[in-house]
Amino acid sequence: MGLSHYILSLLIWVPIAGGVGLLALGDAGDAASARAGHMRLLALAASLLTFVISIFLYTGFDTSTAAMQFVERVPWIEAFNIDYHLGVDGISAPLILLTTFITPLVVIAGWDTIKSRPAQYFAAFLILEGLMIGVFSALDGVLFYVMWEAMLVPMFLIIGMWGGERRVYATLKFFLYTFFGSVLLLVAFIYLYVQAGDFGFASFVEVPLTLKEQQFIFLAFLIAFAVKVPMWPVHTWLPDAHVEAPTGGSVILAAIMLKMGGYGFVRMSLPMLPDASEYFAGLMIALSLIAIVYISLVALMQKDMKKLVAYSSIAHMGFVTLGFFLLWAILERHGDSAGAALGVTGGMVQMVSHGLVSGAMFLCIGVMYDRLHSRQIADYGGVGNSMPWFAGLMVLFAMANVGLPGTSGFVGEFMVIVASFRASFWFSFAAASILVLGAAYTLWMIKRVLYGEPGNDRVAAMEPLNQREFIVLGVLALAVLLIGIWPAPLVDMMTATVEQLVDQLGQSKLAAL
Amino acid sequence: MNWTDIVPALPEIALLTLICVVLVVDLFIEEHQRAITYWVSLASLAVIAVLLVATAPESRTVLFGGGYVSDAFSQLLKLASVILVGLSFVYARHYLTQNSLLKGEFFTLGMFGLLGMMIMMSSNGLLTMYLGLETLALSQYSLVAIDRHSKDAAESAMKYFVLGAIASGSLLYGISWTYGVTGSLQFHEIAAALQANPGMNGVALWFGIAFMLVGIGFKFGAVPFHMWLPDVYQGARTPVTLYLVAAPKLAAIALIIRILADGLGAIHEVWEGMVLVLSVLSLIVGNVVAIAQSNIKRMLGYSTIAHVGFILAAVLCGTPTGYAAGLYYTLTYVIMAAGSFAMVILLSRKGYEAENISDFKGLNARSPWFAVMMLFFMFGLAGVPPWVGFFAKLYSINAVLDAGYPALAVLMVLASVIGAFYYLRVVWYMYFDQPQDRSVLQSNFETRFALSINGLAVLALGILPGWLLQLCVDVFARHP
Repeated sequence: MGLSHYILSLLIWVPIAGGVGLLALGDAGDAASARAGHMRLLALAASLLTFVISIFLYTGFDTSTAAMQFVERVPWIEAFNIDYHLGVDGISAPLILLTTFITPLVVIAGWDTIKSRPAQYFAAFLILEGLMIGVFSALDGVLFYVMWEAMLVPMFLIIGMWGGERRVYATLKFFLYTFFGSVLLLVAFIYLYVQAGDFGFASFVEVPLTLKEQQFIFLAFLIAFAVKVPMWPVHTWLPDAHVEAPTGGSVILAAIMLKMGGYGFVRMSLPMLPDASEYFAGLMIALSLIAIVYISLVALMQKDMKKLVAYSSIAHMGFVTLGFFLLWAILERHGDSAGAALGVTGGMVQMVSHGLVSGAMFLCIGVMYDRLHSRQIADYGGVGNSMPWFAGLMVLFAMANVGLPGTSGFVGEFMVIVASFRASFWFSFAAASILVLGAAYTLWMIKRVLYGEPGNDRVAAMEPLNQREFIVLGVLALAVLLIGIWPAPLVDMMTATVEQLVDQLGQSKLAAL
Repeated sequence: MNWTDIVPALPEIALLTLICVVLVVDLFIEEHQRAITYWVSLASLAVIAVLLVATAPESRTVLFGGGYVSDAFSQLLKLASVILVGLSFVYARHYLTQNSLLKGEFFTLGMFGLLGMMIMMSSNGLLTMYLGLETLALSQYSLVAIDRHSKDAAESAMKYFVLGAIASGSLLYGISWTYGVTGSLQFHEIAAALQANPGMNGVALWFGIAFMLVGIGFKFGAVPFHMWLPDVYQGARTPVTLYLVAAPKLAAIALIIRILADGLGAIHEVWEGMVLVLSVLSLIVGNVVAIAQSNIKRMLGYSTIAHVGFILAAVLCGTPTGYAAGLYYTLTYVIMAAGSFAMVILLSRKGYEAENISDFKGLNARSPWFAVMMLFFMFGLAGVPPWVGFFAKLYSINAVLDAGYPALAVLMVLASVIGAFYYLRVVWYMYFDQPQDRSVLQSNFETRFALSINGLAVLALGILPGWLLQLCVDVFARHP
């Protein structure tokens, strides 16, 4: 066994230790000093080391079982039966890999664009990485909640310290919105603990609950996760936070933090509250479709590129929640659950894909912002003339955002649309509208920003991609294409877990009462 | 009675003796040697701490004709309050020297207050409780007025004294009714009488409890008896405020648990409604009004009120879990509150009194280390994990849900969301704004060291919260 036994702990604590180390060494002098250079290297080393460790997670992962793997369990607070309990399955492992993959890219992206307090900046991202991995691997309610909430602190500081003009407003809104969402989650956890006797997720899944209890807990979960996803109508913090956050903050927010809401639904709402999930499935589908259609229309109207991508994120996350809650509509229509697993898998793939694509889009906008210090579409035009490589990559990401076959964006969306077709024609009709609307807002932005003659002298003078930016975008482009062309390894990771989940959903908890 | 019988009370006896020693020592030293008083006081506190550990009885021991009890509950609280009083002396010294206030009285009054607290924690009857309470209160009134040139301090001392006297009167009045109904002043006899005849003199007892709760509410600073608290916190010199906010809260939890749990535990349904009102009002008023404050001491004062709401919510459950959660909450709260006020002291210097939240602006640029410490205190008080304040909230909400008050639990978490705003504001000033003055922080090594330990403790207790909680749970598992 050796170290591989502690792989999840290593994934959590290596970046946190790196971040604390950076804080302890501290900032000295300006960003150009040799000391700041060492800080950057240390940050990169810690994030790359974490990524290397996560490769072992991938190679050691057994795709044939739905059981938890790499389990670590030690008592933490014995008086309340709280354990330091970690483990991964097909739902969480891809998201952990996504996290360890994105963070080094974020570190490289901030290499010389962060002028003030680089050590604190990188430390915040490293600590955040550890906490996010903690969220995805925690199997105990309190441990999960600790990671889930603690995560807000570095993000609060990242947006507030390195953000744009209205950063204080945006970061307070972000913190208070998500804090409000999650406190009810805490009450729900404690309620489940009082019923079940310990905080383990496995016990929460097993404990019998009446429909009424399930409904209340579901609503508490819903507020917490819907704010995170975010779902319409509690999405308003996201455009503000994205616009004001520094590029790295936007990337982490879009690529990983939004996934926590979706993760919460699959890890908690669905298996712990199957009857309430059935009860509220209609509502969830409605909210998802509103997000897809209405928010896409909103995105069409944006003048600010970051806002546009932020709204596009909300719309794309609508696919995730839609895929998760299709089961009952399919059951009702066909009497069997074939296709439901496809919906859940599609939602999961969509999360990973969206993590890559939206992260890449924000990085592209960051590249342009570093040159012109503007996010307004109107300030650009004809960027492709001065930055050809950049234009090529950004078009690729835009195509992935639209869901072009051969890119990662296609896989998940296609699976969800197929599953929704089994549930109802109109679901898939509304969901498929994103293929049109998404193409409209993304390509229209691309046209106005990249194509044509240079819009003004400053655009004409934009410097082409430097090596560092090229590496970051290039690596992301490879990942987007890889998942688009050959999604099997990713889907295989999920299959066993998703099948078990769908099986579990069919079993009412009410019978046990 | 044998001499060895009074061993459990040795810490109090030794403390009184040592206070007299400090008084005499202080008389014979020159003004510039005042630090000697400080070191002698700290040494005395260390002796008391050692004595407390050494004389801890194996099991619950009742002394002095039933008026005094030594048990795990009192031991834990006494040890914690000795440490906190010592901590407040450490934090105070540099500030007092700078402001020419370093007088022996600060230390002797502080220790007299400690004596009062220890008597309260060990009281086994209403009269002993009252005796300890008054010893504490009189020391506090004089401490608030210790700077006799400050009009604000004089005003708040007066306000504190008058309102405090009324509250004490109310408590004493309630005690007399309770005595009249139950026929005893001692908690276990009151409990036995109520056990035997739960319905005895319903109205008269209700009346007595209501008056006692007015007194308790005042000492705690629970709404609607909180009016004095922000004024006194603001008016008193900051080290005095720090003293007031820390250890006396431990005495207050002893007061409420001894009276309500030990004495009146059998008629939980009579007082739970009253405490519920205090709790709900404190949660709402404390959190909402704190948002409007620009003075940090007032803001922390209202935040205290809000936290008292949490403590009372845990206590009103009337279950061992609830009492343990209330105790745990109080213990952890005082650590964070003491640290926050110590930060206010740290920002003050000769001729400049840090008082406003805006004094924290840009602290990250002036001193990243202490900015992180303040961040720990603020997120701890806001109840954000992994700091210890989160676990205090977790346990009290757990107790409340366990006892079957889901609505109260929801109110508690919603109140904490409101509360998050004003703690975040301090963090925002420290990290997102530029400093208004760039002077170097002045303080001595002891203060910096103690403050760092204090801040790290808030984090460490949050990462390993189990042992302290276990201690609190055990106290009530063995409680009668």
